[in-house]
Amino acid sequence: MNINFTKYAKFYYGISGILIIASIAALIAFGLKFGIEFTGGSNMQLEFLDTRPSNEIINKTVADFKLGEIIIQPTAEKGIILQFRGVDETTHQQILAKINEAFKVEEKSFQFIGPSVGQELKNKTTIAVILALLAITIYIAFAFRKVSKPVSSWKYGITSLVALIHDIVIPLGVFAVLGKLYNVEITIPIIAALLTVLGFSVHDTIVIFDRIRENILRKGMGQFEETINLSLSQTVGRSLSTVFSTLIPLFALYFFGGETLKYFSFSLIIGITSGAYSSIFIASPLLVSWKKWDERKFAKK
Amino acid sequence: MIKSKYLIFIAVIILAVLVGNFAQPIYFDKGVNFLNKKFGWTLPNFPEKPYVLGLDLQGGVNLVYEADLNGVIDKAGAMSGLRDIIERRVNMFGVSEPVVQVQGQNRLVVELPGVKDVQEAIKMIGQTPYLEFDEQRTEEESKIILDKMKEVQAVLDKKEDITTVKDWQIALENPYFKPTDLTGKYLKKATIIFDQTTFKPQIELKFDDAGSKLFEEITARNIQKPLAIYLDNASIIDTNGDGKIDAYDVYAPIIQTKISGGQAVISGSMSTQTANDIARRLNSGALPVKIGDPISQEKVGPTLGSASLQKSLWAGVYGLLAVALFMILFYRLPGLLASIALLIYVGIVLSIFKLVPVTLTLAGIGGFVLSIGMAVDANILIFARMKEEILNGKGISESINEGFVRAWPSIRDSNMNSLIVCAILFMFATSFIKGFALTLSIGILVSLFSAIFITRILLQVFITSWAEKAKWLL
Repeated sequence: MNINFTKYAKFYYGISGILIIASIAALIAFGLKFGIEFTGGSNMQLEFLDTRPSNEIINKTVADFKLGEIIIQPTAEKGIILQFRGVDETTHQQILAKINEAFKVEEKSFQFIGPSVGQELKNKTTIAVILALLAITIYIAFAFRKVSKPVSSWKYGITSLVALIHDIVIPLGVFAVLGKLYNVEITIPIIAALLTVLGFSVHDTIVIFDRIRENILRKGMGQFEETINLSLSQTVGRSLSTVFSTLIPLFALYFFGGETLKYFSFSLIIGITSGAYSSIFIASPLLVSWKKWDERKFAKK
Repeated sequence: MIKSKYLIFIAVIILAVLVGNFAQPIYFDKGVNFLNKKFGWTLPNFPEKPYVLGLDLQGGVNLVYEADLNGVIDKAGAMSGLRDIIERRVNMFGVSEPVVQVQGQNRLVVELPGVKDVQEAIKMIGQTPYLEFDEQRTEEESKIILDKMKEVQAVLDKKEDITTVKDWQIALENPYFKPTDLTGKYLKKATIIFDQTTFKPQIELKFDDAGSKLFEEITARNIQKPLAIYLDNASIIDTNGDGKIDAYDVYAPIIQTKISGGQAVISGSMSTQTANDIARRLNSGALPVKIGDPISQEKVGPTLGSASLQKSLWAGVYGLLAVALFMILFYRLPGLLASIALLIYVGIVLSIFKLVPVTLTLAGIGGFVLSIGMAVDANILIFARMKEEILNGKGISESINEGFVRAWPSIRDSNMNSLIVCAILFMFATSFIKGFALTLSIGILVSLFSAIFITRILLQVFITSWAEKAKWLL
């Protein structure tokens, strides 16, 4: 079975292009909602022992403390999450006592993040993403150094970099939309998940590139496009299988793993799916397009 | 070759039994207890070692402090002194297994599992260290306090109110030593030095001008008497060797002579380690580092923690079963063998978590569950390659070998990339990310072993020439 993947390359680029443009548009229009780990502030998770009062009543109860903008989100049956400006432990205890006076509650968790911590985390995240992109690109260029013809090995690195950027922009776009619609925040678990996606989404790219490398070494470098299509056809089955087997436990985490791991597994699911798409439909066709483009440029000269 | 194949296979089975029981000894223990009961044997239970759970799973509070190191020259020394002081305090606070760590240049992380009164804990941690030098009480003074203590104890034994005892506060005093005016603020520096002739460690103290005068007066009136050193109202070191510092410890060097000039040496036999501890703590009392209020705080209630643990564990079990089912449906016999290897993989990883021990957090469990899916990826690549070779007309055992050999470069390269990302994740100080990166990297490394080594042995043992006639199974 030999599928002509590169024939519809423009169509695949189109789909990705639209998704990426939509994601960037969402990022510009809505921005990302960062969690308190990044912005600083307090986060209090409570469970009401009786019934959950309305947000208004809760707001009134804590009005005396001048907590700035308070975000109140209901969770599960009787729980709420309150987010407000950073307060010290004494104030925290006073707030809790005040709420406890009005309703019976159990405090499930409390988190306070100072402003300096948040800025530091933002910087570190940026550095980590850039570092990861660079390291992976270099590693791939190095791993495929033996196949410098007909396309040089650094182009393998660059095309996987393009695929990686694809895999990180699309989930970010999804989170921009979710943030706008459902107040979903970018938190530390999501950052960890997105970085993992970077490492994982190249797995399929590598499997395909590895087959291209083998086929070129075996059959010579003539007819590059056919070699790419052959390699893709040979590996597409196992690429889908590996992605599927990785997604299975992630879906288990998403549905059964509890609140904290929900968006963590969600971002992994989007990222890995997008990674599978980009490995098959973007990275390898790009190698062919790039070669054709070079040839055309060469012919013009 | 054939013999060694079976030997390795037996080794794998032994490994599987060991890690399986180590990770989850309950079934083995149940069986043993049953046999012991039935036949009156006394077989031992499997060696038990508990998992170490992080704060988000067992409940507790995590506090991050930023120390004010302005004007401090030896920053690393000051931080290790601070860490030591805070550790002493939380240990005295009665918290089980607290963690106090220096992070980066000036951060201090304090983890207190199971603490309820966070306010009290923060107050206690934030206090400035207090170093004092106490002189011996006279015998009459000691007797008065000891008598009062007996009196109060008698009332306590009758479960009556101690405030009925006249001057009951006296019983709270230290019966043997009383504070002098000399405190940490008069101490300039403590250094560890070595005796020129005996090479034994000694501690040199330097006081400032006011301190020198006080020290001269105190030494003059206490010749041949002990001078006790207290830090935060407790002995500066553990002197009776029971591993904790409490009311039974007193560190009190004997004053040999009147000392003027504000420079003194504590000699006497002590290990370099002890001398270091004393000097460091004296310095922490002399130049206290201020930490103020925590810059971040996270408290997780015990019920939330155990609920999270249950949920994430069940998610892991469902994920594992679904992956095994997928492998068996798609890859039949090899898939079944890969699922067995996957179970051994889970056993090995859990055993490593116990042995190291890895502090398990929600993120760590997330990383582990993710690694279950990734662990079979290598097998999928190998089996797909194997099928290809069989379709090309190669024999079964040759195809198995080719599958492993040919799939290896892409397995190696792709897992390397995930490990690179894990290494980058480690640069985050955040415990969530660190826990995740740690379990994921352990998972990746072990999966290379299980998916390649263990699966290969299983395939070689179970899929031999007979399979040429039953290719549908492959």
